[in-house]
This record gives sequence, structure tokens and C-alpha cells, in this order.
Amino acid sequence: MNVIVYLLPLALGLGLAGLFAFIWALRSGQYNDIDGAALRVLQDDDVEPKP
Amino acid sequence: MSAALDLSLYARPDSDGRLSMDLAVDGVTCGACIGRIEGAVKQLPGIAEARLNYTNRRLHVVWAGGALEPGRIIETLQENGYRGHPFVPLRAEQEEAAEARKLTRCMGVAGFAAMNIMLLSVSVWSGNVTDMTPETRDFFHWASALIALPAAAYAGRPFFASAWRALKARSTNMDVPISIGVIVALGMSVIETAQHARDVYFDSAITLLFFLLVGRALDHAMRRKTRTVAGNLAALKADTAHRFAGEELVTVPAAVLRAGDRLMVKPGERVPADGTIASGRSDIDESLITGETARRDVGPGDTVYAGSMNYDGALTLTVTAAGGATLIDEIGKLLDKAASAKSRAMRLADRASRIYAPVVHSAAALTALGWWLAGASAHDAIVTAIAVLIITCPCALALAIPAVQVVASGALFRAGVILNSGDAIERLAEADTIVFDKTGTLTLPEPRVVAPDSADPELLQIAARLALSSRHPLAAALAREAASRVPFEGAVEEVGRGVRATIDGVEARVGSAAFCGLPEVVSLPWLSHIYCSFGGRSAAFTVAQSLRPDAIETVARLRALGFDLRILSGDRAEAVAPVAQALGIEQWGAALKPADKIAQIEDLKREGRRVLMVGDGLNDAPSLAAAHVSLSPISAADVTQAQSDAVFLGDRLSPVADAVVSARRARRLMSENLGLAAVYNAIAVPIAIAGFVTPLIAALAMSGSSLLVTLNALRARGGRSA
Repeated sequence: MNVIVYLLPLALGLGLAGLFAFIWALRSGQYNDIDGAALRVLQDDDVEPKP
Repeated sequence: MSAALDLSLYARPDSDGRLSMDLAVDGVTCGACIGRIEGAVKQLPGIAEARLNYTNRRLHVVWAGGALEPGRIIETLQENGYRGHPFVPLRAEQEEAAEARKLTRCMGVAGFAAMNIMLLSVSVWSGNVTDMTPETRDFFHWASALIALPAAAYAGRPFFASAWRALKARSTNMDVPISIGVIVALGMSVIETAQHARDVYFDSAITLLFFLLVGRALDHAMRRKTRTVAGNLAALKADTAHRFAGEELVTVPAAVLRAGDRLMVKPGERVPADGTIASGRSDIDESLITGETARRDVGPGDTVYAGSMNYDGALTLTVTAAGGATLIDEIGKLLDKAASAKSRAMRLADRASRIYAPVVHSAAALTALGWWLAGASAHDAIVTAIAVLIITCPCALALAIPAVQVVASGALFRAGVILNSGDAIERLAEADTIVFDKTGTLTLPEPRVVAPDSADPELLQIAARLALSSRHPLAAALAREAASRVPFEGAVEEVGRGVRATIDGVEARVGSAAFCGLPEVVSLPWLSHIYCSFGGRSAAFTVAQSLRPDAIETVARLRALGFDLRILSGDRAEAVAPVAQALGIEQWGAALKPADKIAQIEDLKREGRRVLMVGDGLNDAPSLAAAHVSLSPISAADVTQAQSDAVFLGDRLSPVADAVVSARRARRLMSENLGLAAVYNAIAVPIAIAGFVTPLIAALAMSGSSLLVTLNALRARGGRSA
């Protein structure tokens, strides 16, 4: 049972990492334009149009 | 000529000396628009950043101060086929965005805590029936407490704050029993943990918060979405005015006008603010204000109201009231009276929570008392009572109505109806009588050519294409008939008279009778005529307010739904009669002043009817406020829109019927959900009172009932008409 002593904090730590990632995404505006993000990925704006 | 629009009002400086501006963009239809708009705007000199938010159709532009005339951005959008209008984000909208972020953060924290505590709880539950030692169980309980207490303190704030506000105001709302339940469950669990007890309720308390926060966050997201669209529409509709700066004309947003400003109103433009005419003569169409479709001849010294359409001549006017103050006195007074007298129906949710809280709390108290009298220890009696509090779970009840509201307002939004107030759905569902205004509501807001099919098609097309070169409202009606949107080359407009062009060597004219050298057609005062001559041929087209394209079928549909339909119009009887006849509405009133309309609505209310008022004019605003529930088309006057419970988009009348049908279905689902919650409690409460509830049963019951009402609410999406 001693394994719980480090497994439990480990599980919580992983959960917390997920929570902080979510809060970071929220703060940095990742959820501001949900529909646009789906479309932007299809844009080839890194390809210069040939003259 | 007028200068470009002065946009300095909208540009906001940031800390590095750059300027930024937000624009609502109309015409964004697909993903390719993102690249096209951003690409075009970034070509402009000095642009540092241009980002289109596809979700809310807004463009954020940042540029180096002084490097760019902001009007160029709008011109660039126009060249690419988009209409952009700058706006200042409303304070309410910003506050709502902050609130939404807060709710989402709370939801994230509660979700994290709920999952991890559930992980521990499941271990304890399975350990209880196998070989878990009491020491390990205590350790797990303490770990749960460590997660639950800070998480509840953080994620529960929206509920605690709202409950505290309600209690301070000596009233109660759904958040009061929620807060009591959560706090009591957590407090008891901590005490039980300290006493090495078997059963704790950390998981129930946090899962409750999580479910409720998901519901609130969704509710908020839906409201923000409709608010954003409404904000964009308002920005796109915002009028501009030509203001005299000395002798020069500057185009400014109507919002910055002040009393005393001198304005020029050109033919074909709407009057941007109330004022008195300093010079010029013209016919003006005041149908948006009075419902009267016949035009009024005005000259120096006359008063004109914001929203009137100027037909023939350029007017110079002195502003008397501007911006929000633009309101006819009589209407302002009626509006105050109507709004204060409005019988605010108590919302279903409030009624439910008013019954729920005392019943549950007294049931818990009686349970404790009963067990104690029956000889149980005080500790056991209190633990059982708390189990009652937890299992009655405000969760299903607190989700029952908001969940339906979210789904139903989403369905309405897709049908082109934007809700202004959340409880409008309930009131819409209760309506049994519909009162329509005529002008702009049953009829289209702009006049149309009457019976275009009976005209000579070639002449009609020539006239319509010629009319594209004019801003006159009659010409605009004619121009709607044009198959080709390309104006004739070399077409010249003579302001207030007409347009002429030479087509294949033959002169074509469209405009007033005198301009075309034709005799004036004499007919009814609310019909207008526009004339066309082409070589030796000529025609006179009749232009009038025509019914919305689907008005007849929508009215029939509403009648089939059992509504009593009426028309109350400010227009004269001769103009209302044919409309009423075409729609088969027998009860109509004409030439009604705003006070008369209110009186009629009050009469209907006294008969015990719930009146849905549909209207657009400034003269309708007081009656919209007086009615049980109200709708207006998006073309309505601003004051009127502000009074109505919902706004519908487009040229069609069918959203009125759709709104009523969706609202009725939603209302039925709300009652069903409340019924489900009641049945759930009827089963769960006796079990809890008998003392059979374990944390496992509590968790299952709570999740199960929440899921059930949420799934039931999803039926409000309904593609099928009920």
C-alpha cells in the first residue's frame, strides 16, 4: 500500500497540469475564435502566390 | 461634396502609440473570407495587425498612428465586397466576456476537482467491500478534503455571491439551497473524516458544483452569442450624418451629434437626429415613426424626427435632440408609464425555487427531529438529515429550466430570432393573442414596385438599371427589380428629378413625371409613382409598401395555431383595409395614436388575454412595452427594438410563427423537466429520510437526474414542428 504515497500525488499532479494548461489556453485567447481556428488551419498563407 | 467618414471617435490608442479599432464586418460567409479580408487590409500602409474573428465576425485592426486614414480600411473592405462598420465594444459586452471567462475557469477547477475526488471515492467504495484498512480510507478522505475545500471555495463563488445577494435583499433564489447544500455537505464531511467515519460526501458536493457550472457556462455562452450578433447588427445599421463644420461638410457617425449641430440631409437618406428644418423643402416618409405611409411635405421651421426618410430635396436642419435623446415627448411619457405598469410574470424557475427551498429544508429538519425522537443519537440524526439535503439535490431542479432555455434560444437564433431577455421564451409560450402593427411589420420596411410582372419587361429592366444610379427611395424600390446589378455607363442623376442615360443612341429617363415629360398619374395618397421614358415608349410604375413575401401563409399558420389576430395601425383606414383583407384579419384598427394602441392592448389584457405585440415603429414602442411579450423586426426604430423582447431578422414574417412554436415546445419541456425533478425527489427523499443513502447512491442519483433533465432539454432543438 505504500505505493499510494507517491502514486496519489502523481495522479493529482497530472490532473493539475491539465487544469493549468486549460487555464493558460483560456487566458491566451485560444477560445476566442473557435470557428475561425478550424478554418485557419486550411489556409496556405505560408505559400507565396506565384507571380 | 462630403469628406470621408471621420472615424477618429472609434480609434483607440494603445501604450506604444499605435491605434486600434474594431469593426463589425458584414458579408463574411466562408473560411476563404478570412484570408481575403486580412490580406487586403494588411496591404494598407502602416497596418501592424489585422485579425478577423470568424466566430463573431469582427475585425481587429492595429496601425501606426498617423500612417493611415482609418476610413481607408472601410473602403478596402468595400472594394473586396464586405461592409465594415466600426464600433466601440459596449461595456455590458466586455463585462459579460469577463464574467464568461470567470465561469469557465470555475468550471475547469470544479471539473478537475470532481474527477480526482471521484477517483478517490471509487477507490474507497470498492475498498469498503474488500480489504481496505481504516487508515487508508482516512488518508483518501483527507486527500479528498484537500482537493474539495479549496476547489469549492474557488468554483462556488458564483453561487455563494448570488445567494448572499439574495439573502441580503431578504429574498431567496435557487442559489440559496445550492450554497447551503454544498457548504453543509462539505462541513459534515470534514467532521466525519476527523472522526474516522465511513461515509463522506466530498464527491457529491463538488460534482454538484461542476454540473451547475457547466449549465451556467453554456447559458452564458448562448447569451453572449446572441448579444454579439445584436451588437454587430446595431453597428452595421448605425447611421452617419453630414455635419457642417463651418461651410464644409464632414461625415460623422450619428452617435456624436449634439443639439445645435447643423446637418445636411440628402435625398434618399434617413434623418439622423431630431431637428428643425433651417432651409430646403422635401417630402419625407415618416412611416417608421407614425406608421403613416403617405408622405408629408416639409419646409423651413418644420420639425422632423430621426428615422424619417427624406425623399426629394436636400434639407439643412438644426439638431434639437440627438443620440439616445431622440424621442417624441408623447411617446417618451407613454413609454415610462407602460414599462412601469408592466405586469412582470414571475418566472417558472423562481416559482419552483420558492417552493423547493422551504420544502427541502423543513424535510431535512423534520428528519433530524424524527430520528432523534425515535432514539437515534444526535450525530446519526444530523447525518441522515444532511443526506436528505444532499440527495434532494438542487441539481436537477437548477438545470431543468436553464438547460431548456439554452437549447431553445439556440434554436431560435438559428431561425433568425434574437432574444433580448431570457424569460421571453416563457412569456412567448403563454401568448394567445397577436397584435400586429401594419407598416414595416406586416409590410416590408421599404416600398416595392407593385405588380412588376404586369409591366413591359424590357422597359422595367431598363428603368431598374437606370434606377441603380440613384439614391432616391422610389428609385431604390425600382432598382430591386433589376436583373443586372451593373448601372448604365454615363448615367447622370439630377438630384430630386431623376436619372438619364443614353442607351444605344436613345435617351432613357427615369424619375418624376415632369422629368420624363409624362402626365402625372393621380391615385391614392399612399401610392407613389415613378416614371420612365425610353425613345417613344413610356411607363409609370406604382410603388407602395407591400406585404412581406410570406405574410399570408404565416398569418394562416398562426391562426391554425389558435391565435386571435389583430392589426392596430397608425396609418389611415383606406391603407389598412386592403392589408387586413388580404390577410383575412377581421379585427383591425386604423389611424391609432400610440395612446390608443395602449388602450386597446390594456382592454385585451383586461379580458384575460396574453398579448404578443409585433411592431416596428417609434409609435409602437409604448405598446410593445405594455404587451405581455413583444417582437420587432430588425428594421425597427432603435427605441422600439430596445423595448421588445426579441428581434427577428430578414424580410420574412415566418420567424414570428417559428418563435411561438419553439417557445411553446420549450415551455412544455420546462414543465416536463420540473416534473422529472419532482418525481426524482419523490423517490429519493423517502430513501434518504429512511437513512439508506450512502455516498455511492447519492452520486448515482445526482448524476442520473441531471443527465435526464439535460437530455430532455436537448429535445428543444427539435427539427420537427410541434
